[in-house]
Amino acid sequence: MELFDDFPSMGRTDLRDLKKGIDFAFRDFSRDNGEAIEHFFDPLLFFMVWFEKLLMATPWPIMILIFAVLAWLGARSIGIVIGTIVSFLAIGYFGMWEDTMATVAIISVATFLCIGLGIPLGILMSRSNRLQAGVTPVLDIMQTIPSFVYLIPVVMLLGIGKVPGLIAVCIYALPPIVRLTNLGIRLVDKEVLEAAEAFGSSYRQKLFDVQIPLALPNIFAGVNQTIMMALAMVVIASMIGVKGLGVPVLRAVSNQYLALGLMNGLAIVALAVIFDRVSQQYGKRLQKHRQGGHGV
Amino acid sequence: MSDIKVSIKNLYKIFGSNGKDMVQKVEEGATKSSLQAEHKHVLGLNNVNIDIPARRIQVIMGLSGSGKSTLIRHLNRLIEPTSGEIMVDGEDVLAMSDVELRNFRRNKMSMVFQKFALLPHRTVIDNVGYGLKIKGTDKAEINERSQKWIDRVGLSGFENNYPAQLSGGMQQRVGLARALATDAEILLMDEAFSALDPLIRNDMQDILLDLQEELHKTIIFITHDLDEALNIGDNIVILRDGAVIQQGSPQEIVLDPADDYVRDFIKDINRARVLDVSSVMKTGSNGTGLELASDVILELAMPAMIKADVTSANVMHDGEVIGVVTLADMIGGIARPESHEGEQVTYR
Repeated sequence: MELFDDFPSMGRTDLRDLKKGIDFAFRDFSRDNGEAIEHFFDPLLFFMVWFEKLLMATPWPIMILIFAVLAWLGARSIGIVIGTIVSFLAIGYFGMWEDTMATVAIISVATFLCIGLGIPLGILMSRSNRLQAGVTPVLDIMQTIPSFVYLIPVVMLLGIGKVPGLIAVCIYALPPIVRLTNLGIRLVDKEVLEAAEAFGSSYRQKLFDVQIPLALPNIFAGVNQTIMMALAMVVIASMIGVKGLGVPVLRAVSNQYLALGLMNGLAIVALAVIFDRVSQQYGKRLQKHRQGGHGV
Repeated sequence: MSDIKVSIKNLYKIFGSNGKDMVQKVEEGATKSSLQAEHKHVLGLNNVNIDIPARRIQVIMGLSGSGKSTLIRHLNRLIEPTSGEIMVDGEDVLAMSDVELRNFRRNKMSMVFQKFALLPHRTVIDNVGYGLKIKGTDKAEINERSQKWIDRVGLSGFENNYPAQLSGGMQQRVGLARALATDAEILLMDEAFSALDPLIRNDMQDILLDLQEELHKTIIFITHDLDEALNIGDNIVILRDGAVIQQGSPQEIVLDPADDYVRDFIKDINRARVLDVSSVMKTGSNGTGLELASDVILELAMPAMIKADVTSANVMHDGEVIGVVTLADMIGGIARPESHEGEQVTYR
């Protein structure tokens, strides 16, 4: 009967030793290798600092103009351009310009990093069922494990600062782009692929002429999702020393400053809406050829 | 007969994990259904032997599941055979390396697909030039040659449209132009016109025959539609369960079906449109006045005889009389092979 009442668990001392063992092993690992790993990320850190300074040093009217032009190029919609300009004017007016620039900087770098890593990984996954079976659970873990859990080893290894923040953001934001690239390429019309093959396409030609262009709507949905997830991580990243809109939000939480929290929170929302609309409109324009109708 | 372009010998395709071992079972007499039931392997092609003459239209026909689409994909190795031999111009296709195969597909054999398989994100002119782009032809030449074929299939003015903006018939013209643009000698057409409605299908057949008169390509045309096969085919192969049941000219197939399966196929066709006078003529030269060319189809010959008010005519070939044909022979020729006894045809 004892078996039913008490779960056959590991002994308390054994368990403590196990945890200690893991902790010490990792601590030793980070002591030995932390510096080397930090140096590995130095170029990235250098670039991030430079990019953030660039955004902050550029006079605000020029920045707003750049944002407006980018919004126009992406969305080709006057409404979205006006919305962008008004949002950034409001952000500046309420004194959040610098924090917003810092956030835009880390989000941009994180997004490009995720695209650069995620699209090739997605393409590889679409080529191999075995790789897909191996990577999918890792992506599941990356998306569901509480961020604080992976912040611990990241901070132990790299300390506090921009690079660990960026890594934390990327761990969370990478999965959608990988998943949707993989899915998009797998969904490419088999007949079109067969035609490409019948005309003697090489692997590269198939990938760049057929698979990627036809998967683009899905890949773009992935980019959009990645940007949104990256923005969602802004506050958590600020806990480990990333400058930006997350810092005042965190301060507002600990001091119960309602207005401060609300304003910075809304600024994050404004950024999210702008990024989302612009990238979605751009994705839609990429598939204008899908519209039917004769003539034109 | 003209020279052989494509030669298929002892070709087997058995789908399943252990196809190689199943070939022997099939040689020993296993059928498609017994192979499926006992060994869980699907018999795709069963000892196919076809010699395809150059510069002709070779039709391969059969109902769905007969293996015709599988067969055509063996010719450019989109599907690998289980065993057998495929020679094109004396070259063994199955022995080609990846690079050789790619060059073969780029230069020698192009393909038209049932569902068009156009690139949706490219304009008509870019789709037509697709095969050339893969070959690495320079941009100006691609555009020039693409334009020529667009004009030739009657799509001038639609160069910058996307496929989704065109009707099915127009999309397949793009598919045809794309296949022709590479100047490949062999054209594979996989149920190319089956997805089109009947009127458009006839149009496309006319376009194809028109082009063929000028280009003399070796065309291998897959279809399940006998009227189409008889209309465009110089030679016809009939497949069933992956095996060749009969091959021959349209005339031979209509006049002398190999078995009930083929007989069933040709039951409802318009025989007067397929058979020509030479196929029903008798020896002799005692026709009355009228002279008919040997390849005139009965549908045209009979009204001509009635108009001339004669009951027999001499059949001419290269200026010489090669036989004589009577109205009665013609009517006999268009009667169905089996007489459907029990069906009441006379008034009692």
